[in-house]
Amino acid sequence: MTSPPRSLKGEEVPAGQLTASEPGISAPAVIRKRFSLSRPVLNVGMIIIGVIFLLPLLWLILASLNPGADDTLSLPHPFSLQNYHLVIHAGAGAAITNSLYLAGVSTIIATAVSTMAGFMLARRKIRFKGVILVLVLFLTGLPVTLLLIPTYQIFVNLGWLNSKFYTSLVLASMSVPFSIWLLKNFIGQVPTEFEEAAAIEGASEISILFRIVIPLIIPGILVSAILTFINSWGSFLIPLVLDANPADTPGAVGIYQFMSANGQVQFGQLAAYSVLFSVPVIILYLISSRWLSGGFSFAGGVKG
Amino acid sequence: MTAVASAGPGDDIVVAEPRLRSWIRHAVTTTWLLPSAVLLIGLFIIPTIYAIYLGFTNLELLGQYAQNYSFTGTANLQRMVHDPTFWLSVKLTLIFVIGSGIVAQTVLGLALALLGQRVNVVVRASVGAIVILAWVLPEIAVAFVWYSFSQAGGTLSHLFGTPKSDLLSTAPMLVVCLANAWRGTAFSMLLLSAGLRNVPGEVDEAAQLEGAGYWRRLFTVTLPIMRPTLMINLLLITLATISDFTLIYAMTQGGPGNQTAILPVYMYIEAFQFNQLGYGTTIALTLVIIGAILSIAYIRQLRPELKDTVS
Repeated sequence: MTSPPRSLKGEEVPAGQLTASEPGISAPAVIRKRFSLSRPVLNVGMIIIGVIFLLPLLWLILASLNPGADDTLSLPHPFSLQNYHLVIHAGAGAAITNSLYLAGVSTIIATAVSTMAGFMLARRKIRFKGVILVLVLFLTGLPVTLLLIPTYQIFVNLGWLNSKFYTSLVLASMSVPFSIWLLKNFIGQVPTEFEEAAAIEGASEISILFRIVIPLIIPGILVSAILTFINSWGSFLIPLVLDANPADTPGAVGIYQFMSANGQVQFGQLAAYSVLFSVPVIILYLISSRWLSGGFSFAGGVKG
Repeated sequence: MTAVASAGPGDDIVVAEPRLRSWIRHAVTTTWLLPSAVLLIGLFIIPTIYAIYLGFTNLELLGQYAQNYSFTGTANLQRMVHDPTFWLSVKLTLIFVIGSGIVAQTVLGLALALLGQRVNVVVRASVGAIVILAWVLPEIAVAFVWYSFSQAGGTLSHLFGTPKSDLLSTAPMLVVCLANAWRGTAFSMLLLSAGLRNVPGEVDEAAQLEGAGYWRRLFTVTLPIMRPTLMINLLLITLATISDFTLIYAMTQGGPGNQTAILPVYMYIEAFQFNQLGYGTTIALTLVIIGAILSIAYIRQLRPELKDTVS
């Protein structure tokens, strides 16, 4: 698994979330000989950095398994899943279901809409295409903090506040600019020869789309969907402001409320909550990095 | 009527068709672009324009100006200029962006990328995985972990040799910067590793034959070649850090006493805790302008390289 992290276009992609997989590099052997610090020292140095990075993660996992956990790193004895039981019944289960709704709905909307736009932007002549693309790129850099108050005000006027669906719609729109760029580039990578061949054989346009193009770009669609899901899953500020209905609280807001609830901080239960909330994202990340580093080459289908 | 169009990549691929079919094609194109256009116009463009207006009004969340707000000209700007908390917030934002983003994440990420070239494969893969895991974790989970870590008796407090003090009240900015660096280093590591891989080995070898040592080669050969990647890394980190909200808000709510209220947090406090939606929007607009200025500065730095790559 040392294949280099590469973007869909084979160049560095602005959003580094795409450059997945390990930082694997093979240096020319000559450099090693002349390098002043010896390899064992470097190994130890890297391990020390790794241990420092590991400590918070280790605390999180150990505390989640320790019913009497406090804020100090310690081994639970005995290991127990009690925190998980308690926290699921104390609202984590419902909150994670809400997160699933928000992330799922926004992913479906954003991916469908961006695939359609990405396809047209990659394949058709469109007036002002350059302007549209630059505008969309500019939107990827616009912070949520700017859009929050006007969106809130618009939602007040439309009566859309405290609705899971409209909140997902905002989450979807947050991912659309980036997804359009991702998918447009991805579709642009697919050689047009397949489509031309199908057209010469007399296939209709719709059947070219569904039988040739969509199957070829499924990896791109999946990557875009996973990234949208991860973003929406972790989003905190938008549901915090737009949906104050306690029954709609997603996991991110739930953990925050649990943290700032009055009284003693329940370190063990919160750790279990955080682990539960993190696992889906970690799994999705692993899947998407597989896709990204797998090197889905289209070269095989085209000769010459 | 059917002439074969010479198809370049991205051009129309099939053929120029009779007029009716081309009209249908055009309609299909528009229809497929429409949903994105509606979402982006409705939830990006209109709110942005609306924000520019709201920033100059006295809109409030509750009370008399919630409904009957009006245009107040530069009142919000004047208030902002004379608001000491705003200036504190600007200072904290810069500390946060420079300290945790530009310095800590980039230096650590570069160090890990360079070390990764030379260490044992197993070490590289496992340390890489740990660093990436910290980055993949949802921000709220990171906030909770570091909140616990810096409590009195927490592991970080022990490491700092002050086990009895709550670091979030004694050194709040330091803790949030550390937490953000912990979370964000993987991004630089991945981006800069990719950049290092693109540095041609021949150049380095040539410098080596000339007798240049490792550090000299690093600073006079490798890093200059990697300048575009470094600048893109800095630009993306800056944009991500400057608008960060969740991490700090969940750990400190901007406190104690506004000591960690970077601009997005201060915006939220003003807008949704003190009900000053209009003034909050002015702060958000200022944040965007700061971000835009920094982006333009980075892109100007990048321009010579971009020209080189294109020509």
